[in-house]
Amino acid sequence: MSQHPPEPVPPEADLFQAAPCGYVVVDNTGTIIRANAEFLRLVGEPAGDIVGVRTLPSLVSAGGRILMETHLRPLLERDGVVREIALDLVRLDGVRIPILLNARVHDPATGVYLVVVLETRDRHRYEDHLLAAKQAAEMAGEQAASLAATLQGTLIPPHPPAIPYLDIHALYRPAGSGREVGGDFYDVLQVGPDAWLVVLGDVSGKGIPAAVVTSFIRHTVRSLAIAHPDPSDLLGALDEAVRAHGTDHFCTLVAVRLERLRGRWDLALALAGHPPALVRRPDGTTYELGVPGTPVGLMTQPEFCTVRQALDDLAVTLYTDGVTEARSPDGMFGDERLVELVGRLPHRPTAITEGIAEAALAWQSHHASDDIAIITFAAS
Amino acid sequence: MPGVGMADALNVAMSGRTDRPALLFVHGFGCGQAMWRHVAPAFEADHRVVLLDLPGSADADPSTYDPVRHASLQGYADDVLRVLDELALDDVTVVGHSVSSMIGVLAHIAAPAVVTRLVLVSPSARYLDDGDYRGGFGPADIDDLLEMMNRNHLGWQTPLSGMVAGAGHDEARLELDDTFCRTHPEIAAQFAAVTFRSDNRADLEQVDAPTLVLQVRDDAIAPMSAGQFVSEHVAGARLVVLETRGHAPHLSDPLDVVAAIGEFLSVPAPT
Repeated sequence: MSQHPPEPVPPEADLFQAAPCGYVVVDNTGTIIRANAEFLRLVGEPAGDIVGVRTLPSLVSAGGRILMETHLRPLLERDGVVREIALDLVRLDGVRIPILLNARVHDPATGVYLVVVLETRDRHRYEDHLLAAKQAAEMAGEQAASLAATLQGTLIPPHPPAIPYLDIHALYRPAGSGREVGGDFYDVLQVGPDAWLVVLGDVSGKGIPAAVVTSFIRHTVRSLAIAHPDPSDLLGALDEAVRAHGTDHFCTLVAVRLERLRGRWDLALALAGHPPALVRRPDGTTYELGVPGTPVGLMTQPEFCTVRQALDDLAVTLYTDGVTEARSPDGMFGDERLVELVGRLPHRPTAITEGIAEAALAWQSHHASDDIAIITFAAS
Repeated sequence: MPGVGMADALNVAMSGRTDRPALLFVHGFGCGQAMWRHVAPAFEADHRVVLLDLPGSADADPSTYDPVRHASLQGYADDVLRVLDELALDDVTVVGHSVSSMIGVLAHIAAPAVVTRLVLVSPSARYLDDGDYRGGFGPADIDDLLEMMNRNHLGWQTPLSGMVAGAGHDEARLELDDTFCRTHPEIAAQFAAVTFRSDNRADLEQVDAPTLVLQVRDDAIAPMSAGQFVSEHVAGARLVVLETRGHAPHLSDPLDVVAAIGEFLSVPAPT
C-alpha cells in the first residue's frame, strides 16, 4: 500500500460537491446552508449569493413557494421525507427550470434537512403534453355532455298539438341520467284538413350519431307525409331515404294516419319492425294491431303493410321497447305485464300513457336503461 | 348531512378543561388540524382546546364541502360558527393560521359574543398586490400555484383521466392514504383560488375584540407588510414579530408561538 498524501477535503464533501444532481443542505428556516456545484449551475448563481443568503422557497416560482410552505414543509416536518415533488426553479433572468425534488430531514433536533433536485426539462415537456391532453380530453368530455344536453333539448318531441275530437297524450323519458342523447322519438302532424299523422319510433344505437339519424328521420317523415297518405307507402319512401342517407343506423317505427270522416275517426296503421299498437276496449280487454314489417334502413327488400279500422271507442297506445324491455332483477317488464297493466288502467289516454311510464320506471328502480316513448290516443 | 352534526363531520377534537374558556385552533390552506400538534397541547392545562378540519380538508367528511357555500371565506366562517353553536361554546378565542385568520375575523364579525378574541397567525387580509398595498403576489402567481398543485396531487395520484376511475376507486384510496395534508384536487384548487384571491381588508375595521397578530419576520407567503396592515387596521391589535423565517411558525418555532399566545391570553379581557 502506498502512502496517500493527506486530503484537503474529506471524501464525503467531495461526493456532495460532485453529486450529479442539485444538492443542498437547508436549515429549519428554509435557508440554504450548503449547495453543491450542480445546484449552483441550475440556479446560475455563485455560491456567495445563495449559501447563507437565500431560502429554498425563494428560488422556486411563487406557486411552488406557496405549495412548499403550505404542504411540503408540514409533510417534511412530520414524516421526515417528501419525494418526487415537481416544481420550477426560477433563475434571476426569469428562466424557469422544471425540477423533481426529494427532501429528507437530516437532524430532527435542529430541523436541518437535505434536498436533491433533478432537472426535468425534457420529461417535463412530455408531462406537460400529457397534462394538456388530459385536460383537453376532460374538456371535450364536458363539451360533449353539454352538446348532448343541448341536442337532446331540440330532439325531445314537443307536446302534441291540440286535435279537435281527439284526446292524445304523449310522453318521452330519456334513458339513465338523461344526459345521453337517445334514439326514441315521436311526432304528431297535420296532413290534411281532417287528417293527422302520428309516428313513434326508435333509432338503433345511442349518442350523437343516432341523434343525427333521429333528426333526419323526423324531418324526412314530415316532408314525405303529405305526398304519401298511406302509412306503408310513407314507410317505403322513408326506407329509401334512410338507405340513401348511408347511415349504419336503422329505425323501427309505427306510423298511424288518423282521418275524421262523417264524425268518426278512421285509422290506418303500418309497422316497420316495431312493436304493434296496443288497443284497449272500454272493458279493459286489449289486442295488438299491426303487421310487423321490416325496420327502416335495414333491408334491401323492405315490406310494410297497412291495416285499417275505425277508432270508435278504442284507446290506442304506441310505445317503444324501452317499456317492454325494462329490466329488473326479476327479468324484463314484458308484453304480458304491459297487457295486464293497461287492462287495469282507466280508459283515458293520459292515465294509460302515464301509468305505463310509471310502471316501467318503477320496474327498473327509476333508472331507465333505455329511452321510453309512449303515445295514447282515443276519440273525444 | 342528516343525522350527523357539523362538529362530527369536521372531525372536531376536544381536550383540556371543560370549565375553562375555549381556544379554537383553525388550520390554514394545506394541511389539517395536526398542524397545531406542537402548540395546542400547551393550552390544555388552563383551557378547553378545540381543533377541527375545515370542510374539504384532511379528515373532514367530504360531504361538508359545498362548492357554492365555500366559494367565499364567509362560508367557512359560517361553518366554524355552526360548530361552536353545536358545542354550545361562546366567549371563544379563535386561533387561525394564514387564511383561517380571516375566517376567524369573519366569524367574530358575524357573532361577536361567540368569538371574543382573535389570534391571527401569519395573517394576510389580501395576498395580491393592489396599488400601494403589498400582498406579495400577482394574479399570475395564483395561476402558477394552481399549475403547481395540478402537477403535485399529493396523496391523490389519480389515473391519467378521472373519467376512467369510478367513485369506488377514490373511496378505497381514502382509507389507504394518509389524510394529513390531503385535499381532493378540485377542492384544493378552489380553496386555493378562494384563499389567494380573497380581499378582507375592509373587514378588519369591523373587528372589536382583543387581537394578537403573530408575524414571522421573513414569511414567503404573508410578508411583513401584510401582517403590519392587519395589525394597523384592527383597533388595538397587538403585533408580535417572530424573528424567524417561513409561513408556519407553529411548526418551526412552536415555543415562541405558545409563549406569545400565552402572554396574550393572560391579559384579562376588558369587560
